[in-house]
Amino acid sequence: MDVMYFAWVRERIGLPRETVETTATTVAELVEELKAREERYAMAFSDISALRVAVDQELTDFDAPLARAREVAFFPPMTGG
Amino acid sequence: MDIRVQEGPFAQGEELDAFAKGRPDVGAVVSFTGLVRDLAPDPMKHMEIEHYPGMTERAITTIAEEAQQRWSLADVLVIHRYGRLRPGDTIMMVATASRHRADAFAAAEFLMDYLKSRAPFWKKEVTGDDAEWVAAKDEDEAALDRWTPRD
Repeated sequence: MDVMYFAWVRERIGLPRETVETTATTVAELVEELKAREERYAMAFSDISALRVAVDQELTDFDAPLARAREVAFFPPMTGG
Repeated sequence: MDIRVQEGPFAQGEELDAFAKGRPDVGAVVSFTGLVRDLAPDPMKHMEIEHYPGMTERAITTIAEEAQQRWSLADVLVIHRYGRLRPGDTIMMVATASRHRADAFAAAEFLMDYLKSRAPFWKKEVTGDDAEWVAAKDEDEAALDRWTPRD
């Protein structure tokens, strides 16, 4: 699936998107897999209460299932308007 | 409904004229325009607005559809820019049209409250030698509560 990062999450991880092969069944499991990869991921995901997640472009929670998900995005709380 | 996410500027007066024109059923148009302000102790050089192409348009459409269900609206216009903006530049505008003003006022406030914390935009302020992401405010999240029906 495609994993995307925005704003400071993108800056900390150092890339805007990547294709990830995963067996994670929930967003939280995917986060654990990413954190185990490298320090920059561990840093970016150190406090998930400071993050928001969208699965297939819909805002959701970290408990959300990933079955059939094509695109997961992580970002800080939004500051539009 | 007209939803536009764009990098370039827009002429708010022309947009508003076009939006209000030729609608005999409409008695009220309310609009809000957001500008880049510069209140930091360090003068801001520019603001970078990042967004999530695809999700941004979907999220704004969902918010506008919700407004149309809650109030009697003839039309909704949302224009939101991204990319590099300077102090004083127009970031975005919202306009609502309705038969009576109460619906147009309430819907415009609702749209602004939701666009602030539910549309995927992120602002970064660039000053002389520093750049900082704007943090979301608790009061922006709290502003959504007033639209939640209590039962």
